[in-house]
Amino acid sequence: MLFYILRRVLYALPIALAVSLICFLLVHIAPGDPVNAIISPDAPAEVVAQVRAEYGLDKPLPAQFVLWLGRVLQGDLGTSLSSGRPVVAELVVAVKNTLMLSLVAAMIGFVAGTLLGIVAAIRRGRWPDKLASALAAGGVSLPHYWLGMVLVVVFSVTLNWLPALGAGAGGSEAWAWDWEHVQFLVLPAITLSVIPMGIVTRTVRGVVIEILNQDFTVTLHGKGLQPLRIALHVLKNAAPAVLAVMGLQLGYLMGGSILVETVFSWPGTGQLLNGAIFQRDIPVLQGTILVLALIFVLLNLVVDLMQTTLDPRIKRS
Amino acid sequence: MNSITSSPLPCAARPDAAPSIERSDSYWQGVARRIGRDPVTLVCAAILLLMLLAILAAPWLSPHDPLQGSLLRRLQPVGSPGHLLGTDELGRDMLSRLLHGGRLSWFLGIMPVLIAVVIGASLGILAGYAGGGTNMLIMRTTDVFYAFPSVLLAVAISGALGPGITNAMLSLSLVFIPQVIRIAESTTTSVRNLDYIESARASGASVLTIVRVHLLPNVLGPIFVYSTSLISVAMILASGLSFLGLGTRPPDAEWGLMLNTLRTAIYNQPLLTMLPGLCIFVTSACFNMLSDGLRSAMDVRS
Repeated sequence: MLFYILRRVLYALPIALAVSLICFLLVHIAPGDPVNAIISPDAPAEVVAQVRAEYGLDKPLPAQFVLWLGRVLQGDLGTSLSSGRPVVAELVVAVKNTLMLSLVAAMIGFVAGTLLGIVAAIRRGRWPDKLASALAAGGVSLPHYWLGMVLVVVFSVTLNWLPALGAGAGGSEAWAWDWEHVQFLVLPAITLSVIPMGIVTRTVRGVVIEILNQDFTVTLHGKGLQPLRIALHVLKNAAPAVLAVMGLQLGYLMGGSILVETVFSWPGTGQLLNGAIFQRDIPVLQGTILVLALIFVLLNLVVDLMQTTLDPRIKRS
Repeated sequence: MNSITSSPLPCAARPDAAPSIERSDSYWQGVARRIGRDPVTLVCAAILLLMLLAILAAPWLSPHDPLQGSLLRRLQPVGSPGHLLGTDELGRDMLSRLLHGGRLSWFLGIMPVLIAVVIGASLGILAGYAGGGTNMLIMRTTDVFYAFPSVLLAVAISGALGPGITNAMLSLSLVFIPQVIRIAESTTTSVRNLDYIESARASGASVLTIVRVHLLPNVLGPIFVYSTSLISVAMILASGLSFLGLGTRPPDAEWGLMLNTLRTAIYNQPLLTMLPGLCIFVTSACFNMLSDGLRSAMDVRS
């Protein structure tokens, strides 16, 4: 097992390196001189020359990549062009907020999707199944940023129940888990939860149907076991597959929250990215993408390891 | 009476039964028949066809110029005289803008998938057929792109390249190429080892003949079905990029961009702001269900 973990971690390293390479190249695919992407256009000539030397912009690309990677490993992701603050400082707050939003959304999607999936599998072919399948299909093909706007129209504009924008008084610095603040989380989290809900519903339905058809559940029926006890057996067998889907979905949520965060002005990585795009702040763009992608690689790794631990039938190859 | 007439019936029915066996001859006829029996797929195809015709005929169907607005007629509600679907925040006719906007939205939803299918299928089939080191190289590169959630990759590339339709198309193609490569590679690998390919090789057929005659017909089906489902994703991603200010630029009409610019009017005219999103949703959902229908009609496993 230990050997397997070690090998899986070692396999993730080249992926992480390649992901960093792509993020590094973002500065170079931006039109114009890369130095203009790193520092503000009105910087004095000597600063430009200094940055050129520091980043090795006169050296070939591989050398530049090594220099850049060295800085990243020391926690230096450059300086934001628009705020002048280090990118890392802005990222710490933003990642925390996005993680919070994504976790809550994933939880809602997980619970709702599991319930819908189980109901659909048990009542297969009848109306609960059809309803759940329609909801799942809708959840996948719904532009969720639009759903966010619909929810704002209904719950903020028309009913006036929930706030539409931001993260509450004092911004994200003063966040607390009380209703004053949590009410700001409700709409974005529900909006974001629709996609994992659809995918979890489909997965749970498929897995539960497959397990219900297996010999051992038939045997349990034959033994005269209570349906609830059988459900426990089924859930135990369905858990690894569902957990795997959920883990990946959390990663997709963190990466995909940019649109929903824009709609709700949620102060996370999405809003940071949106601002960076708007002001062509390439260091912030690069740093945010790098951190989110690395989190995704890490999540993949954790999901794989967890799945193998939970389900010994998965071959450790 | 019954016992007498019922016994010769099977014999009498036999001449009728024979043509029904002949009827199920071609694979594509079977596919068409299965689609014909699937009302959901038919309705989706009909909606998409109508929509396509409407946006193609946009210059003739539009009651007004989609770019010409009047500040005196800003944010007219749905159903106002002269403006069937109201006007936007700059007083431009919504119906005309939705019709014209559909052109860009469809283009941005379909073009990247087409590009990705051409490039991705070639690379995937090459990787699957060649195997060995070529496969390693192509598939490991694909793994790297899979390490990004697709929205993030699209935003990263078009964010760095800057706004514009070409850049959005480029970034979306890059998002979909690895996904098409994976499908093409896995189907090619599974077909490549079948006995009939082996015997074609043994009987001296050239690589080109084997790929063209024996491999492609069996590989293109799954790729086609998969790519129709990608269109649904591409639509949402493309409008998402425009919504973020990447992709299309004002004053051009595009559903995602319209959704963004109308956001300021959400308190005054909530119904109006819903329209472009509804268009994206209906199109994307129809492509999604069409893809599901094709998948079961063509008997392709996901």
